[in-house]
Amino acid sequence: MKLYDGGKIIAGLIIFFFLVTFPFFLNIGKVNAKPEPKIDTPEIQKLAEKKCIESKAFMRAEHMKLLNDWRDSAVRNGERTYVNSKGKEFTISLQNTCMHCHSNKKKFCDECHTYMAVNPYCWNCHIAPKEKES
Amino acid sequence: MSMDRRQFLKIAGISTVLGLGGASVMRGVRGSEAEASHVMTNEKALTAKRWAMVIDVSKFRTEEEYKRLIKACHSIHNVPDFGEPKDAIKWIWTDTYEHTFPTQPNEYMGESVKEKPFVLLCNHCANPPCVRVCPTKATFKRKDGIVMMDQHRCIGCRFCMAACPFGARSFNYKDPRLALKPEDENKEYPTRTIGVVEKCTFCTERLSKGLIPACVEAAREIAKETGTEPGMYFGDLDEPGSEVRKVLSACYTIRRKPELGTEPSVFYVIGGEKNA
Ligand code: HEC
Ligand code: HEC
Ligand code: HEC
Repeated sequence: MKLYDGGKIIAGLIIFFFLVTFPFFLNIGKVNAKPEPKIDTPEIQKLAEKKCIESKAFMRAEHMKLLNDWRDSAVRNGERTYVNSKGKEFTISLQNTCMHCHSNKKKFCDECHTYMAVNPYCWNCHIAPKEKES
Repeated sequence: MSMDRRQFLKIAGISTVLGLGGASVMRGVRGSEAEASHVMTNEKALTAKRWAMVIDVSKFRTEEEYKRLIKACHSIHNVPDFGEPKDAIKWIWTDTYEHTFPTQPNEYMGESVKEKPFVLLCNHCANPPCVRVCPTKATFKRKDGIVMMDQHRCIGCRFCMAACPFGARSFNYKDPRLALKPEDENKEYPTRTIGVVEKCTFCTERLSKGLIPACVEAAREIAKETGTEPGMYFGDLDEPGSEVRKVLSACYTIRRKPELGTEPSVFYVIGGEKNA
């Protein structure tokens, strides 16, 4: 059996292979960079107990739901105090409570959200904390 | 394999029960912390059955004093000033007697009333037409009578603006942040965004901290500085001993467009030169 224009075909196939796999090469090393939200803000450093509103596992999985509950509770029911599962009280506020501790939005919230390609529209209205150089 | 009807129902029944059981176990695991927590009103919060306001326009002497009330409100709520009437966002503003009480004027009215600016804000009606027309319940009436806006639900349809007979609502035709300097923003309160409607909220966020509305506070400050009585009162309409009820029983008051039956919660004492 004879392959006509074999050189061209094989060269073409090689070029085709690199073109198709190009995105994978381009992203080598990048995709695997897992998000590492930083909790080293001055506000959190000052805490005696470096704890969030609820446990870390709960916050990680449920913070969007918690924020929705907070929003309805404050705006619709006028209830602006949250008592957590340990009985500790927090003022219900995205800007004044969450972002007071997590004053590094870019290195914390955005770190995960960019990775997960979620883009909460909250910041169209809620004023994000001023990023400090670190 | 064949199955008769009885067998099928048994298996279906058992798997439903198992499924439900599984779901409740999962809820128990995931929701445990949320269930152990709860929300409540602040202990310091000011509360009422029906919040109301009385504005005694005879107590305000200059346009400057009104500007202070407006600034007090607009600065803490990040209300932008585009400098152009067509883009204006207003929570509290002034207008003439004729526009405020259009069915009242007579041609012999004295200059002191005719030319006087009146301070206006959302009337927090007991029977609010804006609430009735809102398709998403973004505008709703709270238990304490405040007609509140939930910006998160506003879709910008502007039915509420058409329904409100008092022009108390403004639409964000532009991104409000274009007209707000970052250094002037109140970082503790959100802005709004292009495409939503906004208005006065009787300072619900302040009430929950035990503070009176910002405009009333400003009116009290002005009174203290000039050694006079404040021109704004705030209190519970359902409480006979409240500040507003005292003024209402002592003075003749009027409300805007009462014939429409919306039952405003904002009352005006007009006064005139003799009482001033
Ligand atoms: C009192 C300060 C404080 C407040 C207020 C606070 N956080 Fe946290 N947050 C922390 C700390 C400290 C951690 C790290 C907890 C740990 O490592 O156990 C954390 C962790 C988290 C995590 C998990 C991060 C990870 O690596 O998995 C999320 C998500 C989070 N917070 C979101 C929020 C949200 C949303 C709010 C407001 C509802 C909020 N936090 C309010 C201090 C705070
Ligand atoms: C540990 C990673 C992580 C951190 C840290 C984190 N988030 Fe998230 N967040 C997520 C993920 C993942 C989602 C998407 C969940 C989904 O789509 O179901 C999400 C979704 C949200 C949503 C809902 C968005 C939507 O469009 O529905 C909000 C609001 C939100 N996060 C707020 C915050 C805020 C505010 C902070 C910082 C205080 C924060 N998150 C920090 C991982 C994180
Ligand atoms: C259209 C503008 C707008 C957008 C978008 C918006 N908010 Fe709000 N939000 C407000 C306003 C206005 C308030 C009322 C503030 C008050 O009364 O203290 C508020 C209040 C809240 C509150 C309770 C009070 C407080 O101080 O935080 C929470 C929690 C909240 N929003 C969460 C969110 C989250 C989470 C998102 C994004 C998923 C979001 N909001 C998007 C305008 C907005």
